[in-house]
Amino acid sequence: MKNRVLMQGNEACVEGAIKAGMRFFAGYPITPSTEIAEQSAVRLPQVGGHFIQMEDEIASMAAIIGASAVGTKSMTATSGPGFSLKQENIGYACMTEIPCVIVDVQRSGPSTGLPTSPSQSDVMQARWGTHGDHSIIAISPSSVQECYHLAIRAFNLAEKYRTPVIFLMDEIVGHLREGIEIDDDENIEIIERKMKQRPDTLHLPYHVCEGEDVPRFHLTGYDIRYNITGLAHGADGFPTNNNEIAGQLVTRLMQKIEHNVDDIVQVEEKYCDDAETVIVCYGGTTRCVMSAVEELRAKGKKVGYFRPITIWPFPEKQLKALSEKVKNIIVAEHNYGQILLEVQRIVKNCKIGFVGKVDGTVIMPKEIVKAVEEVK
Amino acid sequence: MSKMEIRLAGSGGQGVILATIILAEAAIIAGKNTAQSQSYGPEARGGMCKAEVIISDENIGFTKVTKPTFLLALTQVSLDKYAKEVDENCIVMADSSLDIPKDLKVKKIYSLPILETAKTEVGKAFTANIVAVAAINEALKLVGVKELEEAVFRHIPKGTEEINRKALYAGEKLAKKI
Amino acid sequence: MASELITKYMREEHLPHIWCPGCGHGILMRDVAQAVKNLGIDQEKVCLVSGIGCASRAAGYMDFQTMHTTHGRAIAFATGVKMARPDLEVIVIAGDGDCAAIGGNHLIHAARRNIGITVIVFNNDIYGMTGGQYSPTTPTGEFGTTAPYGNIDRPFDIAVLAAAAGASYVAKGTAYHATQTIKLIENGIKHKGFALIDCAGICATYYGRKNKKGSAVDMMKFQRDNTITVEQAKSLPREEREGKFILGKLVENDFPEFTDEYQKIIDRLKEGK
Repeated sequence: MKNRVLMQGNEACVEGAIKAGMRFFAGYPITPSTEIAEQSAVRLPQVGGHFIQMEDEIASMAAIIGASAVGTKSMTATSGPGFSLKQENIGYACMTEIPCVIVDVQRSGPSTGLPTSPSQSDVMQARWGTHGDHSIIAISPSSVQECYHLAIRAFNLAEKYRTPVIFLMDEIVGHLREGIEIDDDENIEIIERKMKQRPDTLHLPYHVCEGEDVPRFHLTGYDIRYNITGLAHGADGFPTNNNEIAGQLVTRLMQKIEHNVDDIVQVEEKYCDDAETVIVCYGGTTRCVMSAVEELRAKGKKVGYFRPITIWPFPEKQLKALSEKVKNIIVAEHNYGQILLEVQRIVKNCKIGFVGKVDGTVIMPKEIVKAVEEVK
Repeated sequence: MSKMEIRLAGSGGQGVILATIILAEAAIIAGKNTAQSQSYGPEARGGMCKAEVIISDENIGFTKVTKPTFLLALTQVSLDKYAKEVDENCIVMADSSLDIPKDLKVKKIYSLPILETAKTEVGKAFTANIVAVAAINEALKLVGVKELEEAVFRHIPKGTEEINRKALYAGEKLAKKI
Repeated sequence: MASELITKYMREEHLPHIWCPGCGHGILMRDVAQAVKNLGIDQEKVCLVSGIGCASRAAGYMDFQTMHTTHGRAIAFATGVKMARPDLEVIVIAGDGDCAAIGGNHLIHAARRNIGITVIVFNNDIYGMTGGQYSPTTPTGEFGTTAPYGNIDRPFDIAVLAAAAGASYVAKGTAYHATQTIKLIENGIKHKGFALIDCAGICATYYGRKNKKGSAVDMMKFQRDNTITVEQAKSLPREEREGKFILGKLVENDFPEFTDEYQKIIDRLKEGK
């Protein structure tokens, strides 16, 4: 039986995380993500987990990596300025392949910007925020229901691919209250970390089995002692200056995501079958596009929308296929044009339009309608 | 039920945000779809405060109110500001202490002593938002009385059920007179 | 034959270490191993977390559960480890720059919370890994590559800082006084709350050379001849304490430990209160 409740996006994210097995949260107050810390503080000790308010954003990121390294599914939440501060340690989690979930409830920037206003201007920071070549997964929910379900998915992907996952929310969904359905447990897939089986690999924390892309786990803090380092390292986990090993490591970090794009990427397409114009949108912006598309369809316009649910890796294949069927693509996002760059890179044979906002206000359905109607 | 786009405005501390949350909760209990949002930041801490709730039998796309079908204003500043954004399809409810703008052309105007009723009849000024919620529900026929009461009880501190029940009754009575 | 300290508590295949000849860190690392051995703690139960810098390389050499993390953040990583696994002995090894400059905020807040982590500072008054820049513990007037005209910063006393921030066990050791320092580290690890042992190290390569302190041996002799106990320090006037190394326990009390206090919340909620 499904239980329908009113919940805020930020709260639903916490409930999803707990359902996925989160038992540690470290955070620092920042608008518009603070409710995630508040709800975690209430809920975690109720389920035997731990919450801590750290002294800063950097420490919060460090603490969740520490907790995850010893086997506890962990999460932190922040917004633009805090997300910037966390980047170095996100890179550490990438390099050491320690699963964790980082929620970024985006707000207007740069710098302190408009702290309570919606934005989607951290999309590129989510991809390239930390230094060095690395892979990352980012998912963006567009409803309170998705804040719940996709938070579970974020944890699952983090565990499966041993990577930080950015849960890229925005103020629109973070502060939105809607009714959501909480599933029974049996309907939810929870992925746990894959543990090492072969005795000869137990002491090699980064040994990868034949035919696999991701090293299996043996947790820090149990019977086998090993080392974790952010320095380039071989299968044994110890620092190395060997260029060949360093090159293999970075290549594998990239490929473990590249090889599994089909498993990771999710998109939503609506009214795209006969569409002449397709709007590319994601996160909270989708809600505006949904209304606009309904309005345009009612007027007989052949318009649909394409929504990357997985932002990184970007659904390149799906967008390319779609672009071969339609004439026009309009990108709608709450920034100066970030996913627009991806679309311009991928789409070669359509006219590409753009509706963006950088003033902290929300894109209105009429602005989308106008953009579509103006397409020649 | 067609889509209701409800906007509540007042000053920070009057509980208009909670009022929209309660209306959203009531909509869920009644099996409807809803989307509630509010203005954040300094406005929510003492200045002008605006909160919105959309209630519909259909799926809700855009989550913000674009054409309010209902506006409640509890302060003059908020009434003057948001009255400019409504049209002839909107019902306006204002506290009776406020001056209704002369050129206001809307579907209906209700001037009700919400603040006064909370203070004198219910006996606690802070129940004004609950009085308002009941009046809105009665005027718009959103959900059943029991459903509304359940929604209120989910969002108030334990031990305050009686005073809030009194506020609900007073609010409903206010709107029945119109 | 190598002592058991090497064969059991070090990762022999990763030795020799990268530290310079005469560096005090080798002695201090041995002190940590000896302290763990004396306490008889299982190596699997020890999680050693370090940051970045010369001292932080100890994590790679010591045969415990080891995490070599980012610069300054070891205590924050360790906080997550300790909360998730309060049963582990969580030890942080940090240099003076790692612990008191970039990581200063984490240090004072971990001390304030009194979380059960033991921080051992390998304090050599200089940034060695990057080639001899002045650190937050470099005395005023001394030289570093970034203090070519003499350091005008005033130095931190890391032990006093930790004590003021609320650490419930604080002590000072030196590289020279190994026997006493081992005991202080032992007591710090045994201690329930946040413990910090600030150990004066020796950097002959950079600090010594920049400041004309002579060889590593000269610096060791200087440490031997200029160390006073905590008790002696109390009775000396300020000007006579100047420039002296201090040895001994500064603070020990039984403030409630953070993960214990959190467990009480979990238990209370379990009982439905």
